[in-house]
Amino acid sequence: MSRFEARPIPSRRMMLGSPLIAACAMLLTSTILFYALGQQPLHAFYVYFIEPAMTTYGIGELLLKATPLTLCGVGLAIGFRANVFNIGADGQLTMGAIAGACVALYFQDAQGYWVLGLMLLAGIAAGMLWAAIPALLRTRFNTSEILVSLMLVYVAYLILSYLVHGPLRDPNGFNFPQSRMFNDHAILPLLMDGLRTNVALLFALVAVAAAWFFCSRTFAGYRMKVSGMAPAAAAYAGFSDNANIWLALMISGGLAGLAGVGEVAGPIGQLQASVSPGYGFAAIIVAYVGRLQPIGVLLASLLMSLLYIGGESAQIELQLPSAITGLFQGLLLFYLLAADFFIHYRLKPKFTNLTPLTPVALVTPPMSPLP
Amino acid sequence: MNTNYAISFLASTAGAATPLILAATGELVVERAGVLNLGVEGMMLVGAVAGFGVTFSSGSALLGLAAAMLAGLLVSLIFGLLTLSLQTNQVATGLALTLFGVGLSAFLGRHYVGQSVAPLPHLALPGLSDLPFVGPLLFQFDGMIYFSMIMVVVVDLMLIHTRLGLIIRAIGESPHNAHAIGYPVILLRYAMVAFGGAMAGLAGAYLSLGLTPMWVEGMSAGRGWIALALVVFATWKPRGLILGAYLFGGVTVLQFHGQGFGLPIPSEFLSMLPYLATIVVLVLICRDPKTILLNKPMSLGQSFRAD
Repeated sequence: MSRFEARPIPSRRMMLGSPLIAACAMLLTSTILFYALGQQPLHAFYVYFIEPAMTTYGIGELLLKATPLTLCGVGLAIGFRANVFNIGADGQLTMGAIAGACVALYFQDAQGYWVLGLMLLAGIAAGMLWAAIPALLRTRFNTSEILVSLMLVYVAYLILSYLVHGPLRDPNGFNFPQSRMFNDHAILPLLMDGLRTNVALLFALVAVAAAWFFCSRTFAGYRMKVSGMAPAAAAYAGFSDNANIWLALMISGGLAGLAGVGEVAGPIGQLQASVSPGYGFAAIIVAYVGRLQPIGVLLASLLMSLLYIGGESAQIELQLPSAITGLFQGLLLFYLLAADFFIHYRLKPKFTNLTPLTPVALVTPPMSPLP
Repeated sequence: MNTNYAISFLASTAGAATPLILAATGELVVERAGVLNLGVEGMMLVGAVAGFGVTFSSGSALLGLAAAMLAGLLVSLIFGLLTLSLQTNQVATGLALTLFGVGLSAFLGRHYVGQSVAPLPHLALPGLSDLPFVGPLLFQFDGMIYFSMIMVVVVDLMLIHTRLGLIIRAIGESPHNAHAIGYPVILLRYAMVAFGGAMAGLAGAYLSLGLTPMWVEGMSAGRGWIALALVVFATWKPRGLILGAYLFGGVTVLQFHGQGFGLPIPSEFLSMLPYLATIVVLVLICRDPKTILLNKPMSLGQSFRAD
């Protein structure tokens, strides 16, 4: 009845191919949408997806935006592998940014790069602390970490809003909701002159390498993978759910917090009413498109970063609505999930349609008893 | 506190509770059928923008509400297609639906920012609405508030006392057994997902047409997620939704009236209350594993394939 049949073993080729299929489907849809919006589709495609990566500066921007996406995405992927769904990375990122900014502003007259080190530690700690709430409530009270971590995103936004409108507002800032600019010792060093890419990119690369090691070479990583793929087997083996939940949320919270410091001590340079255009949520897509693998996350974050930057340039050059970015992000994940179906299923060959063409069918007429 | 103030407080509580009831009622039925749709927030936003857009261009609020239901239903079918026909992970797909809904609604609503429409008309019931105190309190709301209550009762009766309700509960508890008996599990789950989508769309339209008759990007502000929490709070029983939603409505309204009471608390902290209340309520309900184990549909969140 069904035109699909289950594969005997999941297809490895589809596993790697499905993100590419999803990306192509997304690009195709976007071209159609550009046309529907009255643009020259190919020109718009060029402006959106190609032009941003054509200059050195553009590639620098691409890496700059890919940095928080990678940091958040790697952490989330580790959790998702173990079925721990931290979807509040944007809140943890915001708390990390706040903590980093508090350190920078408290030591604003201090000299030396120890300030920066302290900011990074504070950011990581704040992200972990914010993620510890869903971890604690899940392990102690069986509360869904999905809902709790998400509720805390809104709380974090509101704390940020309170701080930039109140205690941390720049007294000489014409009442704008932002803090004073950080001094030079509280700004992450740039990697190259002329680019805005900073050392946070290196942190992201280290995180990817460490996450790869954790997932494929440590017992804890193995334990989490088993718990995600076969919960019953994990329980039988005596693997502790609680340990997985804590580990997943601490890693993803800490990395998101680090990403937050990277933003305020990087391209932003101060605390503003908004420190993230939804990086923590886009990182969910990054994690899935990256196949929950650290290396994959790195590649997927580049694609997602291109969507952000392409959206900006398309808005400036073609007056395309900025909301298009979010639409493409959502579509990408839908396409990916749909393409993933073929990892476990394949089309059944249609034997019935072949019958009229078989030699037997061609031979039958002369042997028919009818005259 | 004078009477008028109390009435306005209670009326705005009802206003804040209504979208929660609508969305949660839909989601509750979906979950009773064994499907966890985390896309409520996205569907609400799509409903909000569709409702606003159609009302804005046609001038008819009724048409707007219908369009919102249709829009919510259509995007919920994407979720249905993926999770029910393609067996994708329900959590991931629900998140995708929310992210997609946020993007799609912002995209569709870009021309509506800053526009406004006439708010939903109040249903004044002749005679009853003029009663002192009770009149304005109970009989001067827009129709949606009554509709939300009626839906809760209808869904409650449907789930407990009808054959359809029994089948829905059966496919939520054990889809394999229900399938073996011959019930169309996938088809019914599609129908429930569509119902949930339409209700979420309607809830969204109530935000953009009733509560604040305008369109703002991301205007649902987490209400879709609170509706999901409400379903847990109500332990998957429709009647519990009303109490929960009005509790949350009251907490939400507190932020607008807090300063009226002269509370020396920054508005941001009052705005946190609904989110913090959600967490507290979840903890209180989930604390006892037995409550969840006894009430949660057994197959909730698991894919089902009939072969």
